[in-house]
Amino acid sequence: MSDSVISLHGVAAGYGEREVLRGVDLEIAPGERVAVVGPNGAGKSTLLRLITGVLAPTRGEVWLGGDPVGSLSRIAIARRLAVVPQVAVLPFSARVEEVVALGRLPHEDPLRGPRAADVLAIESAIARVGLDGFVGRDARELSLGERQLVLVAVAVAQESPIVVLDEPTVHLDIRHQVDVMELLSDLNRRDGTTVIAVLHDLGLAARYFPRVLVVNGGGIAADGPPAEALSRDQIQSVFRVDPWQLTPPWVAAP
Amino acid sequence: MATDRGALAASRPLVGRIAHARGRVFRLVVIGVVAVVIAGMLGIALGTVAVSPAETLAILARQLFGLDLGVATTPGAEAIVWDIRVPRILTAMVVGTGLAVAGATFQGLLRNPLADPYVLGTASGAALGAAIAVLLPIRIAFLQFGLLQGFAFAGALVAIFVVYRLSRIGGLSPMTSLLLTGYAVGSLLAAGLALAMYLSGAALRQIFGFLLGGFDLASWELLLGTAPIILIGSALILVRARALNGMLLGEEAANHLGIDVRRERAILLSLASLVTAAAVAISGLIGFVGLVVPHVVRLLVGPNARLVIPLSALFGAALLAYADVIARLLGDIPVGVVTAVIGAPFFLALLRRTRTGYEL
Repeated sequence: MSDSVISLHGVAAGYGEREVLRGVDLEIAPGERVAVVGPNGAGKSTLLRLITGVLAPTRGEVWLGGDPVGSLSRIAIARRLAVVPQVAVLPFSARVEEVVALGRLPHEDPLRGPRAADVLAIESAIARVGLDGFVGRDARELSLGERQLVLVAVAVAQESPIVVLDEPTVHLDIRHQVDVMELLSDLNRRDGTTVIAVLHDLGLAARYFPRVLVVNGGGIAADGPPAEALSRDQIQSVFRVDPWQLTPPWVAAP
Repeated sequence: MATDRGALAASRPLVGRIAHARGRVFRLVVIGVVAVVIAGMLGIALGTVAVSPAETLAILARQLFGLDLGVATTPGAEAIVWDIRVPRILTAMVVGTGLAVAGATFQGLLRNPLADPYVLGTASGAALGAAIAVLLPIRIAFLQFGLLQGFAFAGALVAIFVVYRLSRIGGLSPMTSLLLTGYAVGSLLAAGLALAMYLSGAALRQIFGFLLGGFDLASWELLLGTAPIILIGSALILVRARALNGMLLGEEAANHLGIDVRRERAILLSLASLVTAAAVAISGLIGFVGLVVPHVVRLLVGPNARLVIPLSALFGAALLAYADVIARLLGDIPVGVVTAVIGAPFFLALLRRTRTGYEL
């Protein structure tokens, strides 16, 4: 598939002597929504680091939008792909809109700074993530969950065709989890944004993502629609948990 | 018209905020420029030897514009005003600019509010260099620099180079590693400095003067030798404000925002170190300016480096110029004492005002 926005061919990667991923092949088409799930330490974050060009593969190739990711400058990558980190600690106090404005760094004029189009993108990102009520507030005074929403807004302001999220819902209450999922679906539908999200919540992955990648044992253990990739057998073998152990006791077992 | 704008601001609150912030920045620039100009006038007008305002003006008019105001001037007054007071106040301003810009850069780069221009060993390196220069029994001059200035400049740069190279060994994150290595190397150099001071005998006072900082040695030659390094270095840092802004969310996030972190870090560290080394070489170790000024500016305009760098430059110049005037009026006490006495309580007050506190 040559029209993939992301492709990995025979990729192996690791840190020093320790190989975390090997023999990974992956094609992601434009406009896909992909959830990446798997146990802790399975290599989900390593996979994201490969896709975002932060980590170079020890073997194989990683392509981003038709170019080897290693051949692209950081700014070229940032214009193609936005990343929502799990947490960010601000060393100085900064207002919410000042943090969201950082999403415009790949686009703004290096000397003159943000212009009218950038301000518009910042405003629109704040509105879409539902942060209007937080404008003017110190981002360091917000709760962890609210800060996570600010980080999502940074990525929205970046207006890149691919958004990669590393566990975007860990600090969110269920209302905001659903809101973020709806926002990602909306970005995907209205703007055609390709969404790749590492998730621990299998329910959210199954509900909101048409394609689920299960990372386990240094490779991709399953890749397909949720019903297939997150089947009971699959969950049992990968997570060593019976799905019913995750279900409230008042929900009847089959 | 006003109501139109009001309606627009209400529908787009961010635009209103930006316009408001712009007005605030403009006012701060005006305040800063006025403060610098007044400091300059005070620095030229005041001193232990009284030179009348008319005579001072006549000297300046002739030196600057070749004008003859028809006021009689003596060669002694001319030397005091043009060869001592003018270069001295300008040196104070340039050093204040350099220290404040370097401080803002180190704080942003290391993502540490307690960082200052001396955090990576430049101060100890410069001080040891200066002490060695004082102890050496030779006297040479190179490019307008005396031995003391040259050794201090080199010492600062060697120290930071060693810190940078050592910090790249080992598995710590680059910034943590830099800070810890800077601390370790700084301590080692401080031991060397202590030994040099122990051995210095009669020259102790000269080393001590360097440690406390001041502009007693200011001259046109020293100013013209170092001002280009400080001013061009600061301008080049300002051009890289985008990279400093990217660091706000951390190095990994900066990567994802399109900043080539490794490259920008090396460039910004080099520039800030060069600026610091030049400032230290002509003025010794002057504390608090590089720590406090960037924080005050951030408190006023937020963390955007595109504003923090130039405003720090302006207010750093003003602060050090006033500190020097005060130091001279108090009988030529070391200017470092004045900045500490002004800076420490100010900084404490600042810490109480920030609601979120300063976390490391």
